[in-house]
Amino acid sequence: MALVLTQDEVMLVDAAKGLLSREAPLGMFRALRDSGDPLAFDPALHRRLAASGFVAPNVAEADGGLGLGASAAGLIMEQAGHVLAAAPLLSAAMAAGLIGKTASKAQKDTLLPSLITGETTIAAALDETARHEPSVLATKATRNGEGWLLSGSKTAVIDGFGASAWLISAEFEGTIALFLVEQAAAGLEVDKVDAVDSRNYAKLSLKGTPAMRLGDGDAGPAITAALDLGRALLAAELLGICDEAFDRTVAYLKERRQFDRVIGSFQALQHRAARLYARLDLARGVVLAALRAIDADDPEATWLASLSKSVMTKLSRDLLVEAVQMHGGIGVTDAFDIGLFVKRGRAAGELLGDDYFHTERLARDYWRL
Amino acid sequence: MASHDDDLSGFREEVRQWLEQNCPPSARNVPQNADNSFWGGRNAVHGNEDRKLWFERMAQRGWTVPSWPQRYGGGGLDASQARILAEEMRRIDAVNPLQSLGIMMLGPALLEFGSEEQKLEHLPKIARGEIRWAQGYSEPGAGSDLASLQTRAEDCGDHFLVNGQKIWTTYGHKCDMIFTLVRTDPQAPKHQGISFLLIDMADPGVEARPIRQLSGNENFSETFFTDVRVPKANLVGVINRGWDVAKYLLTFERTTMGSSGSGAQGEGLDQAALRLFGREGLAREPGLRQEIAEVLIGTWSARIAGQRLFDQGKAGAISPFSPSVLKLLATELDTRRTRAMMALGGFDHLDPGGSAAYKWLDAPTNCIAGGSNEIQLNILSKRALGLPEA
Repeated sequence: MALVLTQDEVMLVDAAKGLLSREAPLGMFRALRDSGDPLAFDPALHRRLAASGFVAPNVAEADGGLGLGASAAGLIMEQAGHVLAAAPLLSAAMAAGLIGKTASKAQKDTLLPSLITGETTIAAALDETARHEPSVLATKATRNGEGWLLSGSKTAVIDGFGASAWLISAEFEGTIALFLVEQAAAGLEVDKVDAVDSRNYAKLSLKGTPAMRLGDGDAGPAITAALDLGRALLAAELLGICDEAFDRTVAYLKERRQFDRVIGSFQALQHRAARLYARLDLARGVVLAALRAIDADDPEATWLASLSKSVMTKLSRDLLVEAVQMHGGIGVTDAFDIGLFVKRGRAAGELLGDDYFHTERLARDYWRL
Repeated sequence: MASHDDDLSGFREEVRQWLEQNCPPSARNVPQNADNSFWGGRNAVHGNEDRKLWFERMAQRGWTVPSWPQRYGGGGLDASQARILAEEMRRIDAVNPLQSLGIMMLGPALLEFGSEEQKLEHLPKIARGEIRWAQGYSEPGAGSDLASLQTRAEDCGDHFLVNGQKIWTTYGHKCDMIFTLVRTDPQAPKHQGISFLLIDMADPGVEARPIRQLSGNENFSETFFTDVRVPKANLVGVINRGWDVAKYLLTFERTTMGSSGSGAQGEGLDQAALRLFGREGLAREPGLRQEIAEVLIGTWSARIAGQRLFDQGKAGAISPFSPSVLKLLATELDTRRTRAMMALGGFDHLDPGGSAAYKWLDAPTNCIAGGSNEIQLNILSKRALGLPEA
């Protein structure tokens, strides 16, 4: 599909932008952060976003969803990045991907409708290491009559605190399998983890925890696909974060006066800003290409997901440090908003693999260097 | 929609068959670079008889300039058809039948600004490779500050009298004619006294002296004009409005430089790394391996940008700043790629006759030409970002 937005997508972006700016302006995120609310998002907002079709738009039509794919989910994430909307959109889209690819019809019918309406939240718990390394899988599944028991631990569980259920990867007799663990399950400990971006993360500890298996085959490919979807969506969110931080910075360059002129007239700052503009323009195409490839089931999709996450993580790191620097002293105060983008950018870059991870993944597995 | 797609697949089939029948084997798998391209011109030299035949067959169909109108010697193809032709030529690795600044630059300028007489006079000769064109923009005192150019064209009634000097004239010593920017009103503000003039380099008073570059190649000349008489009919567009033509043309030059630098042609850096150094070598030197991976990421991103530009073109939604963005990023990437290639070959790539050294020494040229990359940054900061003058 073409690397330009369709008319429907342009309308979707406008709708998302409108709703988010009305219902979730940046000040709402700041207020939420300051309130110390352990959930770190507003369930009412999440349901309003869901009512407009912005939660898990990638659920297939056959499964009762909108069937708009990764592209729509990514465009919404990009807009959410502009206002730092704290809603479990990423976890919902990843859960939709995992359930769609592994679950039985009956399981889908149980899980997906309330996910789409925002009544439930389901978090994917796939990471076991502080630095993202999905090949590490120590969590074990054992048979328990007709059911299953899980033992192990998970970390960096996105939107994992207070979730209705978790999708958990575990090893069973040499294959990778996917399980659903519900909120009140025995032997489950969920700890909230604080992070610089004040969003919702959890660590899970599982000690003989009862679980339901999704599907019965090797869940490895579905997990990789969900990780790739998550990576491309985070890249899209980072694009929104970077666009917003950059626009605010350029506006500041036109407004702040020193030496009797606006500082944006200095070529040293102009050229740095222009370089960021050029890199943003290039990255925009890369992010869209990754989303399109996922929707087309392109065999290159997994590599494009890594490309997009690598490019956006690196760009966001460079751009956000420049955004602070060009704002001068005010940029390092908590009261000023640019720092909120810096913090979320750092976390979104880290989650599901940063540029070092994805550059290495491409070098080793794609180019075979 | 479906019927248009059907038409296109029929067109592709037709093109494929025609190319199979008409592109001789020796016109395929030829490394595409400036040296073994056919540039046309009054003293044209063909690589061999097969390639001459290939060029003539392509020119016959107007496919040396596929998207120009047929009445000017072009193929009359729309953007999708032209892309299909390019894809099918790439599929069989057919050599570009005709390379020229006439195609890349003067043609688009004449199509936009030229009179009907000028189009009929010059475009078919470009399409048929009869005239090889040079570009006369830069001067010793007018590089990045191009609009300060001093070459004068004095109005002498039925002709202009041209005096001055150009530099960095691409292949000026091998060209037949030159399109130039000349000052026609020395009193006017510098952007407003410039005109776009076509000059025959065989005319008395024109002299081109080649410049030897770092790579040892002579791709440019200094070009001197001493009392050269140029017919009035050779003025393109409105007098003293030549800067409009120049700006329009420069975007073509940047787009070309932005896409040629994407490393699409020939062996990829990944294959070269494995061939020259191997996985074991790369594992011993993680810094070099990392650099190669980063260049490959940039190359892939640039290729996506090229695809996006094409899609935006079809949708009529091209950003006016894309040429500057791509020129800047692709030429810088090219310097990194050529440096990585030098490193991969180690001592062997220090060979001044080798292609690695040649490309490495040539790469900085594109960061300077077509408006230096610093000029592109100025364009982006002033026009795309709206940042004020100092």
